[in-house]
Amino acid sequence: MADVLVYVLHYEGAFNKNSLGAVSEGAARAADVGGACDAVVVGGEDLTDELCGTLGAYGARKVFRANGPEGLAQPVVDVMAKVIADHGHSYAIFGGGLLGFEIGAGLAARCRAGVTMEVTSVRADGDELVAERPILGDSQISVSRYRGGLGIIIGRINAFELRESGSAAAAVEDVEVAFSPWSTRATMVTRGEQRGADVDIEGADILVAGGRGLGNADGFQLMEQLAGAFGANTAVAATRAVVDAGWYPYAAQIGQTGKTVAPKLYLAAGISGAIQHKVGMQSSENIVAINKDANAPIFEFSDLGIVGDLNKIVPKLTDAIRARKGS
Amino acid sequence: MKICVLVKEVPDAAVEKRINPSTGRMDRSGEKNLNPYDTHAIEAAMQLREGGAVAVEEIVAVTMGPESAVRALHKAVSLGADRSVHLCDELLAGSDVAATGYALAKAIESESPDLVLLGQQSDDGECYTIGAVVADHLRMPSLTQVIKLDVIDSEPSAPGLPGLRCERQAEYGYDTVQVQLPAVISVGDAINEPRYPSLKNIMGAKKKPLDTRTASEVGIDSGFVGPDGSRVHCGEFHAPPAKPSGQIIEDEDTAETVARIVAWLDERKLI
Repeated sequence: MADVLVYVLHYEGAFNKNSLGAVSEGAARAADVGGACDAVVVGGEDLTDELCGTLGAYGARKVFRANGPEGLAQPVVDVMAKVIADHGHSYAIFGGGLLGFEIGAGLAARCRAGVTMEVTSVRADGDELVAERPILGDSQISVSRYRGGLGIIIGRINAFELRESGSAAAAVEDVEVAFSPWSTRATMVTRGEQRGADVDIEGADILVAGGRGLGNADGFQLMEQLAGAFGANTAVAATRAVVDAGWYPYAAQIGQTGKTVAPKLYLAAGISGAIQHKVGMQSSENIVAINKDANAPIFEFSDLGIVGDLNKIVPKLTDAIRARKGS
Repeated sequence: MKICVLVKEVPDAAVEKRINPSTGRMDRSGEKNLNPYDTHAIEAAMQLREGGAVAVEEIVAVTMGPESAVRALHKAVSLGADRSVHLCDELLAGSDVAATGYALAKAIESESPDLVLLGQQSDDGECYTIGAVVADHLRMPSLTQVIKLDVIDSEPSAPGLPGLRCERQAEYGYDTVQVQLPAVISVGDAINEPRYPSLKNIMGAKKKPLDTRTASEVGIDSGFVGPDGSRVHCGEFHAPPAKPSGQIIEDEDTAETVARIVAWLDERKLI
């Protein structure tokens, strides 16, 4: 028997989709090895009994609720370490994202446990769970097996499918935790600030996305003109690197901490195709990439790849699409 | 203030990376370089020193790795570190992330820094986790993927050391977090544009002090490191399900390239 513990992130009274996926996965895999899946939540008054109970629908047996700061990893490490010490969970699963990485790693240090990140698949082998992780630019799969009392699994974004398996509300148990001195030395000043204009990329049929290869913020004019040529239901998206650099608004960001999209056409220009970006757009129906580096990882998951200078190709493509549309 | 910057030697981006089937570890032969993400951490340390908001007495580059890793330290010193520490011991080879973080924490502990900086990930393992492991062992607050770092006044509860105001992108937008030193901060690559080392600094790098330490010298418990001290074992490497590869066009004549793209889109009714 091996029980699984999952951290569930929330914001403004709603649970994170990747966390709910992790609960679904945790419940299914725990059942495979004769155990159950419990959840941990840390926060304030918006964590009502009713909200916590809804985790039962995804298969959680019990929800351990602690009062503490939100959006910071180390207080959650304190809570999870205590719950595991008291109840003996064998695995901890995280749905990915920034906090999942931080909490999983901190917990590995605290509990002296093995940790695997970017996991895309978990399966039972006998009475243990093994985690599979793509490595070396997704060219190989590595299999993790754990030793000791606890194994930590940090999923890749969108790796764990959200499944409603239970019907009963999960039981809620409050946990009193004395936070470590170092956990209280980081404090949230502002959380979830939106920067730049609000744009809708999730509803678009066609996305033209730009990355560092555009050279500077002005490069996005090329992308906006191309989007304009495609016409209605087309939007411009961006990578994290260029959003962080202030070239394009946060609302347009695809990937790890941004949005996940699956348009009919995803046209990427000057995007190398890092894993963090790939996870946000790989379900697109058609992927076209323009990049001057023939070795860019994006070509490995593109349906059509063009090796060349986007500054030469994109303006001509814009003209050609305009002409085609006009005809 | 004393800053330790964690750096790592990684295979050069141009080298095709592979797993050595006999050891199950990454084949680390071939051209190597300083992990490009680490140059942002060194630059962040330099900007704190040059910014003047706090006096930075010393910047120490710290690495763990085989003998060849001294080249990453030379590079770190050429970019601004004053000296370096090389944790080098056969016992440490084959350590997993948790064991590596423990070993690095022990090496850093003997330096008693006020701030530990590192890059958000390593170019070879794509791992965002080492900072949080190190921080927990050092009992310091920690934050990863920070893209803006400002020095703020010390809090009354911790006189003497300033605090840091950090910004980063998290799940729901941008977060601003205040961290009291000593702390471990991993920086994202948007935080700065690393400078190029001057010829003088490149030439002088090998003359800067470099301490080589064994595991026992920094107090590492050998039962916690290496393959036997690691709690996760990675192996059984296999290829993922094959995916049909896409069509590639090398752009020679742009007019023709564009015509082919339009035809491709047309065929799929995307225009």
